Amino acid sequence: MIIDVKLPAALASECGGARHLDIDVPAEATLTDVLDQIAAAHPRLGRRLRDEAGKLRRYVNIYVGDDESRRLQGLDTPVDGHDIQILPSIAGG
Amino acid sequence: MAYLVLIGTRKGLFTARSDDRRHWSVDGPAKLDDDGFTAVAEIYAAACDPATGRVLVGASTFFGPSIWHSDDHATTWSEPENAPMAFPQDLPYRPLDFSDTAGIDQPDSEQTNTVKRIWQLTFGPGQRVWAGVEPTSLWTSDDGGRTFTFNQALWDHPQHTTWASGAGGPAVHTIVPDPTDPRHLTVAISSGGIYQTHDDGQTWEGITAGITVDYAPDEAPESGQCIHKVTRDADGTLFAQSHGPAYRATKPDGGWTNISTNLPSNFGFAIVAHPHEAGTVMAWPVGESMDRTPPGHRIGAWRTTDGGDTWHPWGTGLPAEPYYGTVMRDGACTDGAEQPGWYFGTRCGDVWAADDQTGQWHLVATHLPDVLCVRAMETP
Repeated sequence: MIIDVKLPAALASECGGARHLDIDVPAEATLTDVLDQIAAAHPRLGRRLRDEAGKLRRYVNIYVGDDESRRLQGLDTPVDGHDIQILPSIAGG
Repeated sequence: MAYLVLIGTRKGLFTARSDDRRHWSVDGPAKLDDDGFTAVAEIYAAACDPATGRVLVGASTFFGPSIWHSDDHATTWSEPENAPMAFPQDLPYRPLDFSDTAGIDQPDSEQTNTVKRIWQLTFGPGQRVWAGVEPTSLWTSDDGGRTFTFNQALWDHPQHTTWASGAGGPAVHTIVPDPTDPRHLTVAISSGGIYQTHDDGQTWEGITAGITVDYAPDEAPESGQCIHKVTRDADGTLFAQSHGPAYRATKPDGGWTNISTNLPSNFGFAIVAHPHEAGTVMAWPVGESMDRTPPGHRIGAWRTTDGGDTWHPWGTGLPAEPYYGTVMRDGACTDGAEQPGWYFGTRCGDVWAADDQTGQWHLVATHLPDVLCVRAMETP
């Protein structure tokens, strides 16, 4: 199953300027599986998204379909064929 | 000869260049990464290696902390593909906050330790680079700052149960190499104390006893004191600015002597030793108690040439009007030149430089974001 992962402009250079990644995962894959594949192919992008404990960084939001993953099952959320969108929440004054 | 100053701020890295330490051109905020998100990163740590020209910058960004390096005097930047440092995930979680479990390992916790912020980068002898990190930990690199190894021995020091967080966070924030002995190193922790190794980090000795506190019932603890900065003079004497007085330790095992009797306050962060003249040290006191601004609301540097027995305001050219920006613990430095220049920056975003010989402060940059660290070196 090919999952379309949309990247923010702030991280595009980590993939040679690409704003989309096609990630091939099994049908039962979770968000962790998708992020593991991204990290394997693009280590620096991987560590921008998750810390060394594998947790999503505080200001990184990942939408599975229309829902933010923290409101679903976090990184255990099944991707179930949905598109994935990565959106940083740039906070602070 | 030219001079390069790295100015780490709450929002990005700025660079300043000069041929005479009087007239400066300033650039920034630097885009360390290709996408530019580091232009708003907190820059707590920067380091210069005059021997190789390499400079390092530790940036804490929305996408986590990382370390960038430049080999062309801060013109272009590179970052390792893989994380330069990562906590071993089999360590028990250690809270280092203000709670009653601060400093005490929590083996049953589901939380793990992760790198939050890089507070200090220091070049040692050879290719060695040391990093001080939040949560309170020390790291070593032998490839110029690209990959770092966790120092388990300091993490395991029995006094870690007395470590906690200062207002800025729990960190190893000071690393003082010994140019005469690559196996000898001094580090300082807020809050936690001062530790030394004589065997390249395999074992550590707490040397904080003698530094007193006024914020706890035990005024003279063995460890746990909030140490703001430590500097080493040309003879190897250590000077410490605590969360209280400044101290001198002629011999690290010989105790500490309060040297603040002549300073305008018993509080401060930045303290910097002259690179060549033993006993000459500069300090930037901060009003104690609830007034955490420059004493008398006048920005200024204080200098001793006798190891802290006497101090005097040093230099001309600083604002005469009230000034409320403090100098943070890494907000001052020298460039290490034979005739050194002194530098400091404030939370008001102003940076000054002065020749040691003239004592005339010149404005390097103004109206920057609040300055967290300043580092300088001579360049060809």
